[in-house]
Formats: sequence, structure tokens, C-alpha cells
Amino acid sequence: MRPLRSWLARRLLLGAAQTVAVVLLVFALTEALPGDAAVALAGDEPDPARVAAIRETMELDRPATARLLDWAAGLAHGDLGTSLVSRRPVSAYVADGFGPTLLLASLTVLLLVPAGVGLGVLAARHRGRLADRAISTVTLGVYAVPEFALGVLLVTVFALRLGWLPPTAVGYGTDLLGHPAALVLPVLVLLSRPVCSLARMVRAGMIEALASPYAAQARRYGIPGARIRYAHALPNAVAPAAQHLARTVDWLLCGVIVVEALFVIPGLGTVLMNAVAERDVPVVQGLAVVFGVITVVLNIGADLVTRGFAPRGEVTA
Amino acid sequence: MHDDPAPRLHLPGPPRRGVLAAASGLAGLGALTLAGCGGGASGRGDTKSDGKPRRGGRLRAAFAGGGASETLDPHLSNLFADVARAKALFDKLADYGADLSARPRLARTWEPNAGLDRWQVTLREATFHDGRPVTARDVLYSYRRIADPKEAYRAKASLEPIDLAASRAVDRRTVEFVLKRPTAEFPNVLAAFGAYIVPDGAKEFDRKPIGSGPFRFVSFTPGRSTVLRRHDDHWDGAPHLDELEFIVANEESARVNALLGGQVEYAHELNPTTARAHERGGRMEIVRLPGSAMQAFAMKTDRPPFDDRRVREAFFLIADRKELIDGALSGAGRLGNDLFGKGYEYYPAGLPQREQDLDRARKLLEEAGAADLRVTLDTSPVAAGFTEAAGIFRDQAARAGVTIRVRNGSKDSYWSDILDSGTLCSYRSGAMPIESHISQRLLTGSTTNATKWHHKDFDALYQQAQSTKDDKARAAVYERMQRRLYAEGGFLVWGFADWIIGTAPSVGGVDREAPANTLDWARFDKVWLR
Repeated sequence: MRPLRSWLARRLLLGAAQTVAVVLLVFALTEALPGDAAVALAGDEPDPARVAAIRETMELDRPATARLLDWAAGLAHGDLGTSLVSRRPVSAYVADGFGPTLLLASLTVLLLVPAGVGLGVLAARHRGRLADRAISTVTLGVYAVPEFALGVLLVTVFALRLGWLPPTAVGYGTDLLGHPAALVLPVLVLLSRPVCSLARMVRAGMIEALASPYAAQARRYGIPGARIRYAHALPNAVAPAAQHLARTVDWLLCGVIVVEALFVIPGLGTVLMNAVAERDVPVVQGLAVVFGVITVVLNIGADLVTRGFAPRGEVTA
Repeated sequence: MHDDPAPRLHLPGPPRRGVLAAASGLAGLGALTLAGCGGGASGRGDTKSDGKPRRGGRLRAAFAGGGASETLDPHLSNLFADVARAKALFDKLADYGADLSARPRLARTWEPNAGLDRWQVTLREATFHDGRPVTARDVLYSYRRIADPKEAYRAKASLEPIDLAASRAVDRRTVEFVLKRPTAEFPNVLAAFGAYIVPDGAKEFDRKPIGSGPFRFVSFTPGRSTVLRRHDDHWDGAPHLDELEFIVANEESARVNALLGGQVEYAHELNPTTARAHERGGRMEIVRLPGSAMQAFAMKTDRPPFDDRRVREAFFLIADRKELIDGALSGAGRLGNDLFGKGYEYYPAGLPQREQDLDRARKLLEEAGAADLRVTLDTSPVAAGFTEAAGIFRDQAARAGVTIRVRNGSKDSYWSDILDSGTLCSYRSGAMPIESHISQRLLTGSTTNATKWHHKDFDALYQQAQSTKDDKARAAVYERMQRRLYAEGGFLVWGFADWIIGTAPSVGGVDREAPANTLDWARFDKVWLR
């Protein structure tokens, strides 16, 4: 187990360094955006005296490095800072936005894995035949539709025309679970593209694995086809898909901005969008930390899964 | 009028009535509901078509909002959603009628001295939601809070004429405002954006805000929802609705879908294309508030090429206003005549409508030695139709031999970016009195003078108007100033966009003439559910 532990330690260190780099980069980029929080808040009344006054109340007149250091010092005590605009703690922003986003992301992943893997396996089993061609065509087609367009289409058909589902999550507040009907369309839109890419990936992996020498060898030993497929080929096909899945979960958590906007679900994506528009640097930085940590953890998790499914060189020792 | 501030009848001018009547005639073929603007004497929904006001129910209204950083502090109001909430919870001393003249609200009367620099304001009998009466102390506290030099409240600049240290409470319901200079339009100050009256000492508004407005606080989740309940003792009569919920939905299509799906009854700020698609569908009513958003190009008059008035006039003549409205606003607007405030008090409606005249524009440019002019037009997707209008104007200018390069800027810092730099930019303005437009944008000391219109004689005329007590004489001064702007000003005002609202067919009493930001816009105490 030693190699695994040192590998994990290295990965965690690397992850911490990556998160720091992300935060620094985000800070630099936000500072580089034209205008600051005072200008953004002044909006169409950019009276220079007022902008200066806002800047002063927000303490933006202090040098950028001093502000960054202050914020980093707070971070050491687990304090994500205070919003420039509302003067409310950034942690409240994250806590408020996290629930809806997490709910959407977990539902999507729960459905994504069986659907994506199932379709991929199905296509691989019937390689070249009607089922394969149908699945490949549909997944390619759906993948090409942008989420916004798909969302508008689904809302128009299922909510407005047929009246089966509510068009948005307006009025349900944080109690989204209490109104499952409101979640159907958002989750469908979120699923649409990842399912397609996952299915195509699993299909390719399965086909490759089934054509590999070890599968041929297993067949020669007379091992039943189902066992070769599911016990031998599938784990190898899923290994690359796990990496892909980690990236998908990342994408889901870190702002499914389009879906949140379209269905009025106030999650992290919405918080981030508003914070960037308002140049609310502490909120943007706080979110960058959260996203950075999530990304690192997910990727380590995906690597662990990959190692579990398809052990390679380093662990075989 | 200032001696007798009783509410006046605000009959809209003939052009607007004509436009609205035509629109309702067309829509009347398909919808039963648009008749409200046909023949009623007031802008408020005609009682014949909307039925008798009915008490009860909860109305949900969807607005674009500020997200998780929203606050209910009325003095921090910045967005339309903020103002709509603020006016439900709080009152101002005065507010704007459909023609942007000040109408008394918490103030019952206002009376100036002969020099127009001391105003006695009497409050009406009103109570806050906790039962306390609204007093002169509350007024002074609110105004001093807004003017706090350490803070940056939006209304601070508007209250600048008041010497708050010298102003005092004469008795419980009388305030004497001492002004720094004569201000004939002082009631406009009382109606200023964000100048709400809060109880003496109030500092915290997000947990349990207390106001004197028609609705009292129930709950608030920033960026999501605000729930309010009827304030039965409101001085202007209790609202018809039991409850009012504001919902934040930044995506226009989400507001439309929520309305169509019955999740909200009122959707604010819709696109002209949405309005066209649903005008006759019968699933929602489209309300077009005229005169809400001036659309213009601002020329910096202090630098080449626009420091030559012939070039400015040439640009006035280059614009094909109809094409700009059809192209950039999908036809949802009215022609501009290079002056702010069409349909407002003091607007000189008698000036001839300016038309495109490319030959004359070419000639003027030649005289100015700018025959082969190249200009950069700054624009940004900060407002609907900006980039479209810039593209259309570029093509129109090309026909007069002017090469325009359109430069797209950042949406979040646009207004600040164009204030001092560049020469030509897209510009728009919400509704405000013509006097405020002049004082904020067209005087040497103005804080947001984007056309760099600095003329001592023009400043003097403004002071003269502010020192003129007689309404007619003052109107004449404003007309003189506006004639000059019409001839050689820096704003090429090509149109006024309609402000589009969608309501469920069940909603009655929605005003159809009040520009956005005026009293009757987003006013939910006079609205009912059928």
C-alpha cells in the first residue's frame, strides 16, 4: 500500500498547488478586466465622485496585492471573505448556491452512468448493426445541439405545448426536491451531451477491448461471452470513461450556467456569473477556491477509480 | 403649480394617444384584452375591460435582478427590480407622473418662499408598517442617510441642492428644506430615484424592513424571491392583492416561459420579438410603456470632429430614424427628434421632425472640411439594440461618405468608459424629468456629461429657469434651451424604445402609459387578479 499512499500525497500536494495557481490566475484575470466593482456598481450613473466614493467604501483604493494578502490570510482561518457589493460573507454565497447545483449534478450523474454505459455497451455488442448505427447517429446528433437550444425546445414542447412539466423552477426556492417535476427538464438538458460523449467513449473502449489479445485468449479458453464482456472488457472500457466522468461532474458542479439561467435555478453558476459582472472579486476568488478543490478531489477520485479498474505499470509491482 | 400641488390630471398628448389607439385597434381583432388603452380617460387599465377591482390573491412578478448580492435597502436601489421592491415597501415624498412631473406622495403640499430656496413640505398622515406615524424626523433622517459623505447612495447627487444641516423639522409633519440655491423644480428632488423615506434610525433592511409603502415585509431571499403582504393602513388605500412575490429570473426566455406556464403573472422587460410573437396569442397580454428609454448616439462636442457644429448637424441628417427603430428595436419605439423626453413636461413638441437628408449632410461635411470623415463609434451589448443600431448607423453614414468603425466595449464598465474617452458612442437613458436630464448631463458642472456640452450661457439659462417661479415663463426658458440642443446639441436622439411587460390574462389594472421608473410603472398596489 505504500506506493499508493505516497502517490496520494503527491497528488494532494499537486492539487493544493493547482488550487493556489487557479486562485492567483483568477485574481489576476479579474483585476485585468476593464472596470472594477465600483464602476460596475455605478452602472449608467458613472459620476466620477460617486465611483470614487464607492471605491473607498469597498476599500478598492488599496493596492491589489494588499487586498489579495488580506484575503489569503482570512482563507487560512477558513474565511472566504466578504462580498464587496452586499457585504455579506462569501461562504453564504457558496452555501446558498451549492445546494441546487449539487442536486442537479448528482441527479445527472446518477442517471448519466447507467444511461451512458448502457448505451455504449449496447452499441458495442451490436457493432455495425442497426442498434449501433441508431445509437451512434442519435448521440452524434444530440451532442451537436447546444444546451440552450435544446432547453428552449424541450420547454416549448413539454411544458408550454403539452403542459406535462413546469417550464421553470420559479417559486420553488431551495425546495427543488419537493417538486421533482421541475427537475425533469433541467436534468434532461444536462444529461443530453455527457450521455452522448460517454456512450461513444464506452462503445469505442469496449470494441477495442473485445478485439484485444487478452479477450481473444479468454475466448480460446472457452470463457462465456457475457463474462468476457462484463468482467474483462467493460472495466477496461470504463477506465478512460472515469476520467471523462470526472471532467463532466466538474463541469456540472462548476456552473451549469445555461441550465440555471434557463430554468431559473439559482446555483453556483448564477452566483459566478453575477459576481464576474459585478467585479465582486472576493466572491469570484471564493468560488475559484471551491471549484479548484472540487476539481482536484474529483480528479484524484477518478485516478483512483482508473487504477482500480485497470491497474497499470506502477501499481502492478 | 408649486403653490397648489394637488394631483393634476395628466392627459397624454395627442401623438401618443394616436399611436396607442392604432395599436389597440389592430390587436383588438385577436385579443379581448388590449382595449384598455383605447378610450379610457386614464392610463390605468380601463375598468370596462379589466372588470371591477377584486380583492385577494397573490401576484408573482418576475424581474431581472442583481442575484445573490441583492439588498432591500431602498437607498441602494440600482436595478429595476430594486426599485419595484422599494416602491412596494417604501414611499417617497413625491413621485413622477406619466409626463415626469412630480406628484405628491408622502408630501401633501409643498410651498416655496419667494426666492425659491426655502421649501415648506407638509406630510400627509401616513403610518409605517409597525404603526408609527411618518414624521418630519423620519424624512430628515432618510435624506441625511442618503447624503452621508462616507457612503455612495445613488440619490446623493439628486439631493445635492439641499442644505441638510440647515433644514429642520418645523413640527411633526412639516419639514423646512433650506436649499443652496433657488430650485424651482425642487419637487423633482423629492421624487428622485432612490429617495425613499425610512424610519428614523433604520440601518438594516434585509431582515425586517419597515416602510410606509403599500406592502409589508414577509420574507426575502437574495437573488430568488421577496414575499410581501398587503399593508391595510396604507394612506393611498390598501392594495387589492393579499400578497405580492418578486421573483428574480435574469434570462428573458425564462421570464416568458414562467409567464406562459402560469408560474408568474407579471414578467418585466421583454424583448420586442417576444412581444410580437405573443401579442395576439391570447396567452399573455403585452403592455408597451412608451417613452421609457431614449436611444441616442452621443457626440463629444469638445473635440474633433464634433467640435464643429456643422459635423453634428450632418450626423443629425444622416440618421434614418425609422430604419433604426425597425432594425434595432424591432419596430417597438417612437421617432426621436434629437431631444430627450418626448411626451414629458416641457418637451417642445412643436419642433419639426428631423428627417434623413444625405445631400445636405454631405454638403455640411464638405463645408466643415470633413468630406472624407472617419469616426469610431463605441458601443457594447450593455443595452438591447445597441450593437444593432451601431451597425445600421454605420451603413447609413457610409451613404454620406462617412466611414464609421464600430468598436465593441465591455458591458460591465461601458458607461464609465464612454464618459470621457472616444468621440461618438451609443447612449440611452431611462425616464427622468427634462430638468434632471439637463442638470445631470448638460451643464458645465454636470457629473455625467457624455457629450461634453460646456456652455456658460446654457448654464446661465438653467439657473434662470430654476429661479423662475412662473410656470409659463420657466417653460419658455426650457424651450429656448432645447431649441439650441435641437439645432446643435451633442445627442443624436433617434428614438424612444417601448418598455415591454407581459402579464397573465388574469391581471387587471396594469398601467399602460407610465414610462419605466415613474409612479405607475411596476405599481402593484393598484393591480388586481380576476
